[in-house]
Amino acid sequence: MNHSAFLTRLIALIRKETRQMLRDRSNLLVGLLLPVGLILLFGYGLSFDVKNAPVAIVMEDTSAAAREAVSGIEGSRYLVPVRTTSMREAEDLLTSGRVDAIVRVPIDFAQAQARGDARIQLILNGIDSTTARSLEAYVGGALGTVSLRRLDRGTGVPGSSGSVEIVQRTWFNEAGISTWYLVPGLVVLIMTLVGAFLTSMLIAREWERGTLEALFVTPVRPLELVLAKLAPYLLVGVVDLAICIVAARVLFQVPIRGSLLAIFLTSVAYLIVSLLLGLFISGITRNQFAASQMALLTSFMPALMLSGFVFDLRNVPLVVKIVSQIVPATHFMGVIKTLFLAGTNWTMVAQSCAIMLGYALLLLALTWRTVRKRLD
Amino acid sequence: MTETPPSVVIEGLSKRFDGPDGKPFEAIDNMSLTIRPGTLAAFVGPDGSGKTTLMRMMAGLLQPDDGSLHVLGIDLAEDPQAVQNRISYMPQRFGLYEDLSVQENLDLYADLHGVPQDVRSERFSRLLAMTDLAHFTGRPAGKLSGGMKQKLGLACTLVRVPDLLLLDEPSVGVDPLSRRDLWEIIKQLIAEEGLSVIVSTAYMDEAGRCDHVFVLNGGRLLAEGTPADLTARAKGLTYVVTPQDGVPARNLQARLIDAPDLVVDAVPAGGRVHFIRQPDSDEARLHALLPDCDPQPRKEELEDAFMLLLHQQDTPGQDASTPPPLASQEIHGPTNGHGEGPVILVRDLVRRFGDFTAVANTSFDVARGEIFGLLGPNGAGKTTTFRMLCGLLPATSGELQVAGVNLRTARSAARARIGYVAQKFALYSNLTVYENLDFFGGAYGLRGARRRKRVEEIICQFELDPSAQSGNLPLGYKQRLAMAAGLLHEPEILFLDEPTSGIDPLARRAFWRTITALAQAGVTVVVTTHFMEEAEYCDRIAIQDAGRLLAIGTPQQVREESGLEGGHMNEAFIAIVEKARAEEGQAQEAA
Repeated sequence: MNHSAFLTRLIALIRKETRQMLRDRSNLLVGLLLPVGLILLFGYGLSFDVKNAPVAIVMEDTSAAAREAVSGIEGSRYLVPVRTTSMREAEDLLTSGRVDAIVRVPIDFAQAQARGDARIQLILNGIDSTTARSLEAYVGGALGTVSLRRLDRGTGVPGSSGSVEIVQRTWFNEAGISTWYLVPGLVVLIMTLVGAFLTSMLIAREWERGTLEALFVTPVRPLELVLAKLAPYLLVGVVDLAICIVAARVLFQVPIRGSLLAIFLTSVAYLIVSLLLGLFISGITRNQFAASQMALLTSFMPALMLSGFVFDLRNVPLVVKIVSQIVPATHFMGVIKTLFLAGTNWTMVAQSCAIMLGYALLLLALTWRTVRKRLD
Repeated sequence: MTETPPSVVIEGLSKRFDGPDGKPFEAIDNMSLTIRPGTLAAFVGPDGSGKTTLMRMMAGLLQPDDGSLHVLGIDLAEDPQAVQNRISYMPQRFGLYEDLSVQENLDLYADLHGVPQDVRSERFSRLLAMTDLAHFTGRPAGKLSGGMKQKLGLACTLVRVPDLLLLDEPSVGVDPLSRRDLWEIIKQLIAEEGLSVIVSTAYMDEAGRCDHVFVLNGGRLLAEGTPADLTARAKGLTYVVTPQDGVPARNLQARLIDAPDLVVDAVPAGGRVHFIRQPDSDEARLHALLPDCDPQPRKEELEDAFMLLLHQQDTPGQDASTPPPLASQEIHGPTNGHGEGPVILVRDLVRRFGDFTAVANTSFDVARGEIFGLLGPNGAGKTTTFRMLCGLLPATSGELQVAGVNLRTARSAARARIGYVAQKFALYSNLTVYENLDFFGGAYGLRGARRRKRVEEIICQFELDPSAQSGNLPLGYKQRLAMAAGLLHEPEILFLDEPTSGIDPLARRAFWRTITALAQAGVTVVVTTHFMEEAEYCDRIAIQDAGRLLAIGTPQQVREESGLEGGHMNEAFIAIVEKARAEEGQAQEAA
């Protein structure tokens, strides 16, 4: 009897919330179109990869050996060589930003090479240090390709480049493609945004419009109010999750090496935390504008900056590290990247789900208090 | 029936809130009362008297600081949910979901109250028939008119028969027609279902319909009893006096209200003045106050008793209930007169918003020194007309002259001659009174020594405290400050948009006393109001409905036009609007 009354009320409230959600265009737009926009923006717009970077080449030595040495740059798909006649001209190009680097083959290159002491100068534009570091690797690689080829042909001087050869291999993201690294993180951002931002309006709107006052004086229980507000947005979040996974696979060819079930479980656990955080903010502010501002500041921004989405958390000061550990997104970020790129690690999944459960229970209790049928 | 506990038992109840100035104040102050079951009880009092706080406490939404509160025999402190399961409560804002349809709102509340499916359809059709909403079940609640929303709000609280129905100011902000409909529904339900109802209201005529009335003020219970008992308190003190020919009733009213030791209250009514004398007032002095007039005894009304009670409790000098002594001072009237002729001239004024005609073919004049009232239900086009007159909104077509300037061509020139007091007094709440006036003086183009002088003058005239923080002032005081700001540049015409909404009756009297003084000094005043009795202060009024001008003339003429000569303005208003709507309906049917 009591149980069925609870269900009747819960279903009535869920129906009400769903209708309100579907009729509020702007909310749906944020819920479904914004994630798509974010995927396209971050997926295509934000990339640390360097492609077709112009590199000025100064050939002070025009010998065959010198030409062969830089031929690798022409063959690279990351670099576009720009022939220059003098170092001056190259410097001008670099200063004006028309090239990102200068490769200078000194006048005595051929002779030095014969001595086994050849040097090529690489000047990088350090204004954008990320690009500079990538370029350094690419140019190094391109020049190295040549010397390997020479070794193959047996024309090189064996042992001249040192006796230790480094055999480098990057795991999980072999090509070092940054979309592989960013797109799983994007799942975190979208779950955060959909969760906290959309729900931050819900309780505040009812306070502002005075509807809660009427709702309170009915047999409704606070828990029913919270659960009913959670349900429809959980569904929106799951749809967004599906969009993210499909986009990751189809648009960006990110490998999904972990099990889909694990991805689903951890994501939904995080989504619930995110939704509850939004509801809690909504309940304490009782004002839609303040709630949306606070939701952005306390959920989206930390998820963007402190979760390890872009910046490696091992390099941050202790205080920031502690703060980042409080942000739920941090715990989800590590797991979801592992699940996408490395494979299923059930220990990590279980650990993450347990942390999320803890957060969810805490936030549920706090949100419950904000709708405890009191106006004072 | 004898074992039914009282609906409400309140003992020593107190509730404190933090005031705007940070100091706590008693919203409910040591109150005790009992309400019998099966009755229609009313809490009556001015705004801020504690009505809403009391309602919310009875609904278990606020916790008392002191005292006890039993509803339906249940202690609210122990089990508010048990009370909330059995009562229904309509808050002031109705609690409707605007994006849900009428039917969906009803379904939601029926589900929440656990109304069984088999009784639902019959109950719904009855409620829909009663509220006249049967044709609108699919319409979103947000697209209903104010009156319809209020009826739907009532229907939602009545999806099942509650043991007690609480209605918090159900008729606030609703036009007289909808108010009448609402009361008919309530009466019908009480007759058919034996409901216990508690209603809070600021309208005396509504309180007069109830079985038992509790008069509240300042969080205290001033008096209680049947309307007849309460009315009897004013017995023998009420009079009506007719002014001499050619004297506006409000001038006589002003003279009476300026003698608070002799007269408790005076209001213009139907070209005459109703007043209540002080019980111990000196007969001779009263006659001296009314030379050549012959006050006649008049049958006392609940309103008279109410005013008497409020005055007895009100300590002098408190709040804004004493009018500033404008009458005794020289008021700076218009300095640049343009001779005779209308100061506002409106011809065939039209304003459309897309397909919607907010104001249709409206024409009227306002003479210099006149008090002109714009009356109408919500959505009638009052505010739109008003904004066009003030030059805040361009007209779609028609002629519009204010202070001799054509508003369509020279808006800023006209603006310099008008003062405007918006409904939500445009004051900066974190500035002091002086800073606000200084700012508005600058905004109106006053500079240097002249601005300082005007600000000093106006502070003196309106008896304002220059160093007080505007945000902390009581509403009546804020209203006075807003009016002072609008008068800084000595305008010829003062526009006041709903200046008295939300202000208690004593402050309203004081406000109208100031307006009367301004008009005597030659300032033209245009005012909108939803208090119909305030039309009596106006020289002429215009009644608008659905964008059309239905009636225009002196209050007396308008009353005659409605065919209800002796009646209240309220009834005249209803009659005129209904007649026009019926004609409109017939015209539509014919077409």
